[in-house]
Amino acid sequence: MNTKIHTKEEIFNILSEIPDPEIPVINIFDLGILRDIILDDMICTVLITPTYSGCPAMKVIEDDIKIKLNEIGISNIKVELVYSPAWTTDWLNDSAKEKLRIYGIAPPNHSSIDKGLLMGKVRELNCPQCGSLNTNIISQFGSTACKALYRCNNCLEPFDYFKCF
Amino acid sequence: MDIQQAKFEYLLRLGDSSLIIGHRLSEWCGHGPILEEDIALINIALDFVGNANSLLTYAAQVEGKNRTADDLAYLRNERDYRNLLLTELPNGDYAYTLARQFLYDVYTFYLYEALKNSKDDTIAAIAVKSHKEITYHLRHTTEWIYRLGDGTAESHQRLQTAFNDIWMYVPDLFDMDAVDQLLINEGIAVDLDSIKNSWNKRVNEVILEATLLIPTTAIKQKGSREGKHSEHLGFLLAEMQCIARSYPGARW
Repeated sequence: MNTKIHTKEEIFNILSEIPDPEIPVINIFDLGILRDIILDDMICTVLITPTYSGCPAMKVIEDDIKIKLNEIGISNIKVELVYSPAWTTDWLNDSAKEKLRIYGIAPPNHSSIDKGLLMGKVRELNCPQCGSLNTNIISQFGSTACKALYRCNNCLEPFDYFKCF
Repeated sequence: MDIQQAKFEYLLRLGDSSLIIGHRLSEWCGHGPILEEDIALINIALDFVGNANSLLTYAAQVEGKNRTADDLAYLRNERDYRNLLLTELPNGDYAYTLARQFLYDVYTFYLYEALKNSKDDTIAAIAVKSHKEITYHLRHTTEWIYRLGDGTAESHQRLQTAFNDIWMYVPDLFDMDAVDQLLINEGIAVDLDSIKNSWNKRVNEVILEATLLIPTTAIKQKGSREGKHSEHLGFLLAEMQCIARSYPGARW
């Protein structure tokens, strides 16, 4: 059966290469979306955890998983959504955060539930372009629902901030 | 009624409310007063539709009749829908939309906070996820209530009118019946009496801070638990469901 050609570890490494459709510099392993792979004689089950409720990228990621597995000869695939434990920005490792910053997105800089921001305190963020702290929020909602829109008053460029969930 | 049937009903109540208000907010797409608000409302709508998808998918599983979330969303009529009356009200002007949204955001904030402790693991997990998003919604709406209430004479008057008009739909939020009672005993559902005080306190605080008056009305609209809806739901569903119903079985 096809599923015996590759080991679970091999499959995990291959799937880890799948980039986030919106932010291609990070992959689904960096994001903590890819949770587990279950192999049995008949079927390869991939467990993923959705980031936020309405994330449309999850559908694309599901399709990408199937395409990647088809490429290595696995055709009996099931992608299952695992809701618990709930995804949190805490699962983004430091390397993922650095990749975001280089890409121009300010990474989530607090543990999940950015309480300061939610309680009305002004979040101090460094501009990912020029590093200045002289930045301010334009809107809680940016180019995607997981990001907020900021502006740098120093270099005058806008940038996205990956919100803490 | 057994527990599975009660759970199915309960999940429809939660999921339908998210779906209907998500649809209402999506009607603002391309029509927002400023770009950032257009984007904000659409993103919030997306959170709601995603939440509805999770809840209605689970509802279909619990029902066990091989229906899918899409079947539930697109093929049921008004009398089978269980969304709160508040959610189906038309958008009106921006003040109207925000007044409706604010009352609903405070409600879901306390409801989902309590649902995190549900003995049903799937409901609890969905609640943990959604509550984080709701917290952002509430912050956004609260800021706008302050801005518009304590704004110009026109914004103040429009927002006051909006709250006055929709206040009659508040009792429907806290209505409970045998379904709730059964599930509360199982530790699955939330006793809405327990969140009423928090809701009143937060709503009153914000409305007064926004220099507005807390409305009073003798009219109490209820009935969503039995599928008794306002005249608005039919038109909403006609628009929302028409493509799915015109092309049965169609696939993207």
